[in-house]
Amino acid sequence: MTDSVDARGLSCPQPVILARQRMQSMGRGVFEVKVDTDTARENITRLAQKEGWDVEIREAGREYVLVLTRG
Amino acid sequence: MDKTKAFFGTRAGIVATGAIIGILAALLQKMGNPGNMGVCVACFERDIAGALGLHRAAVVQYIRPEIIGFVIGALTAAYAFKEFRPRAGSAPIVRFFLGFFAMTGALVFLGCPWRALLRLSAGDGNAIAGLIGLAAGIAIGVTFLKNGYNLGRTQKSYASVGWILPLAMGTLLMFLLLAPQMGDNGQSGPIFFSAKGPGALHAPIAVSLLIGLIIGFIAQRTRFCTMGAVRDIILMRDFHLASGVLALLAGAFITNLILGQFHTGFENQPIAHTDQLWNFGGMVLAGLAFALAGGCPGRQLFLAGEGDGDAGVFVLGMIIGAGFAHNFSLASSPKGVGLYGPLAVLVGLAFCFFVGLTMREKL
Repeated sequence: MTDSVDARGLSCPQPVILARQRMQSMGRGVFEVKVDTDTARENITRLAQKEGWDVEIREAGREYVLVLTRG
Repeated sequence: MDKTKAFFGTRAGIVATGAIIGILAALLQKMGNPGNMGVCVACFERDIAGALGLHRAAVVQYIRPEIIGFVIGALTAAYAFKEFRPRAGSAPIVRFFLGFFAMTGALVFLGCPWRALLRLSAGDGNAIAGLIGLAAGIAIGVTFLKNGYNLGRTQKSYASVGWILPLAMGTLLMFLLLAPQMGDNGQSGPIFFSAKGPGALHAPIAVSLLIGLIIGFIAQRTRFCTMGAVRDIILMRDFHLASGVLALLAGAFITNLILGQFHTGFENQPIAHTDQLWNFGGMVLAGLAFALAGGCPGRQLFLAGEGDGDAGVFVLGMIIGAGFAHNFSLASSPKGVGLYGPLAVLVGLAFCFFVGLTMREKL
């Protein structure tokens, strides 16, 4: 079971803050972030890539699951 | 469509958006809008409040088509790119008062962040204290954010929820067009239009509306936000939004130079005062309120256009706040700070601290 951060329904910049906290506490590994706006998807993707994480985006209806990986 | 979509998310996309806003704002001034006020979300919502009779400052009453365009342009972009997400329910009453006090602070300074940039781009030195205040207010907001401040989650809702503010904007457009037939040419209500002063200065309706639509469309796509620009630098050293803000400044500066609208100095700047303490203080309050609400006034309009009912409540808070700001002598004028402006700023800051310190439920 992959670690999960639920950032659905949160307004800017909470989703990014939550994702960043998890990236910092884990350092490396895999976790997923659930978001429901395109802004949150873009912002988290941009930040994660800058911090050296790979981002895979899965669409789930009108929501997104971002899988962040760093080896 | 996918290529277009990708472009908007890039650095080039946000820079282009900022530059276009800066250039179009300077052009709007050339075509009739008030001095260094080609676009000002706070001032224009204040003018709308006046036009609806919510305040009696006769010089600042007009239904500004730019504001209508921002919301409808964002709505159009959101539908075109399948991003219309009707949602609401994240502490709306708090957002209302954040909008209320954001407007209070902006009217003590005399402008929203966009106008602060436009004033600077035209040589108004008084904007510097305002912009420093804005950054300071946002920095305080970031401290709250770092300590877990949040307004709670929104809920998905009916499409109608997202349509309320756009429909209200459509109604305003109708009032704008019908006003001359509704009373004494807009002088005696129910819709009031300034006969002199900034409210009487405006570009042709069609031009204002079209430019508003363009800005609303591209700003929704690129998430352009002046508050977010400063916040992202402080919070995570991210300069994405800031590059758009700098492009706005540059675009407006160059256009102002070309059009002869650039005049450096502190005295006698259009619709500005030289009380630097309260230029600073007003924007500390505005910046903090924007940071706590998650967007500058422009961004709140674009969010409202893409279905965010809470952003719509923030907008309403700003419009009602403008009514109070003039009725209660909180707003500044070129003569200086309003009688109760400084006190209102302190009350607003107290409100923001109350919200920032108490709304910290762990997610």
